[in-house]
Amino acid sequence: MRPALGLLVPVGLAVLWEIAVRLGLSDGRLVPPPSTVYETLADLARTGELQHHVAATLLRVAAGFALGTVAGTVLGAVAGYSGIVRGLIDPSLQGLRAVPSIAWIPLFILWLGIFETSKIALIAVGVFFPVYLGVMGAIVTVDRKIVEVGRVFRLSGAALVRRILLPAVLPSYVVSLRAGLGLGWMFVIAAEFMGASEGLGYLLIDGQQLGKPAEIVAAILAFAVLGKLTDWLVVAASAPMLRWQDVYGTSPQKS
Amino acid sequence: MLEINRVSKTYPNGAHALEALTLAVALGEIVVVVGGSGCGKSTLLRLVSGLDAPSEGAVVLDGNTVTAPHEKIGIVFQEPRLLPWLSVANNVGFGLEGRPRSERNRRVAAQLDRVGLTDKATVWPRELSGGQAQRVALARALVTRPEVLLLDEPFSALDAFTRTDLQDHLLDLWADQKPTLLVVTHDVDEAIVLADRVIVMRPRPGRVQQEIVTDLPRPRDRQSAAFDFAKRRVLSALDLSLDRRISVDDGQTLADEGAARWW
Repeated sequence: MRPALGLLVPVGLAVLWEIAVRLGLSDGRLVPPPSTVYETLADLARTGELQHHVAATLLRVAAGFALGTVAGTVLGAVAGYSGIVRGLIDPSLQGLRAVPSIAWIPLFILWLGIFETSKIALIAVGVFFPVYLGVMGAIVTVDRKIVEVGRVFRLSGAALVRRILLPAVLPSYVVSLRAGLGLGWMFVIAAEFMGASEGLGYLLIDGQQLGKPAEIVAAILAFAVLGKLTDWLVVAASAPMLRWQDVYGTSPQKS
Repeated sequence: MLEINRVSKTYPNGAHALEALTLAVALGEIVVVVGGSGCGKSTLLRLVSGLDAPSEGAVVLDGNTVTAPHEKIGIVFQEPRLLPWLSVANNVGFGLEGRPRSERNRRVAAQLDRVGLTDKATVWPRELSGGQAQRVALARALVTRPEVLLLDEPFSALDAFTRTDLQDHLLDLWADQKPTLLVVTHDVDEAIVLADRVIVMRPRPGRVQQEIVTDLPRPRDRQSAAFDFAKRRVLSALDLSLDRRISVDDGQTLADEGAARWW
């Protein structure tokens, strides 16, 4: 019942708009009716263009997300574990974090060229900060009593991080991965706006320059679906590792 | 042999928790430390466990100074402190990482059987009752076969029935390997049930007030006159440790009134 309720507004609006255009109340040129958007999507899919652009964008996000996640996790774990490292790198990283990531674009283009490398670097930067901050912040606040259990069993360094700290922060880690992924999708558009010959961002610019609003809406829809899908993947992949949680959100399983 | 040699502890905030405490515990002996709050009894356990370092003096186990957590020293805290992301069996096997899987499985299964929780092996810690969780904590500490097991008010968070149950259970487990037990508690009954020796501590700074040997035969009947007598001796020592006046009437020590309020 609940999902149906949520669909009522968007579907209702779409149907109303379709009817309005069919009745000739609007020519639907700037705001294409659902049927036109659907035809555009079908055309793009038939020629293989849609798949091509989706693949290009997905690859960029995947590469940037992987890089940003690895860097954010490693630096976040080290800074969380060691107060000295934290004192050393955290102020600088917090300073860099305050820079809107889009501001890096000109520099990245100068350094890394106009092609893939600079795009992936920008996405990686976007993903890095929420992941770094999430891991570091969560490790610092792990319950001292749990850490002491690790110490009693003579764990330190990498073993303490792997067996106590990372599992303890896993729930907030997943949240920061999702936040990072969201930013990754945001920055892939920025990256593709700055000059790309393929990708969904290119499709948006192409639609604008050639006056094809249906193509823009089609690309936006593709972004929505992909963003939701990849987010769901992260949640689904982490769910088996989080079954131990005893929290408000999970249904009671107590016997 | 566990030796605590003139150990003092002053915390960075200036709190003087322990003052030149000396205590020798023989292998397999059960020593119970009691005392009012602030007498440094939990501090003592943390120093012996190697989690904290003494300001002066040393903890020596079998001739080696303990400077960090030691593989022959296990500890059970007031809370179970189970790792919520590991199943009960994996919690018990936590200290066996690095051993062959078959050996680990075998020892975990045997220890779980010993604490009567074989049927809970695969459940998450959150699904356990307080008493069950504390039994898992005991199993986790014992599975590595420590020479010394430290227990910091291990049953104080449990209801009275579960508490006596677990006291008997602890003695039962102790009989398997006969490790040295150093127990901190503020439950005088618990002290008399468990102890070969009760150490009554005196607060601010923490030091030994009196040592009472409790050599009643085991199992001990909590209702017996001898049990009650031992309890009175500990309670009056506690009164003295807190500088309470004890009224003497016809040569008999009346410690009861103070005893009821000692904590």
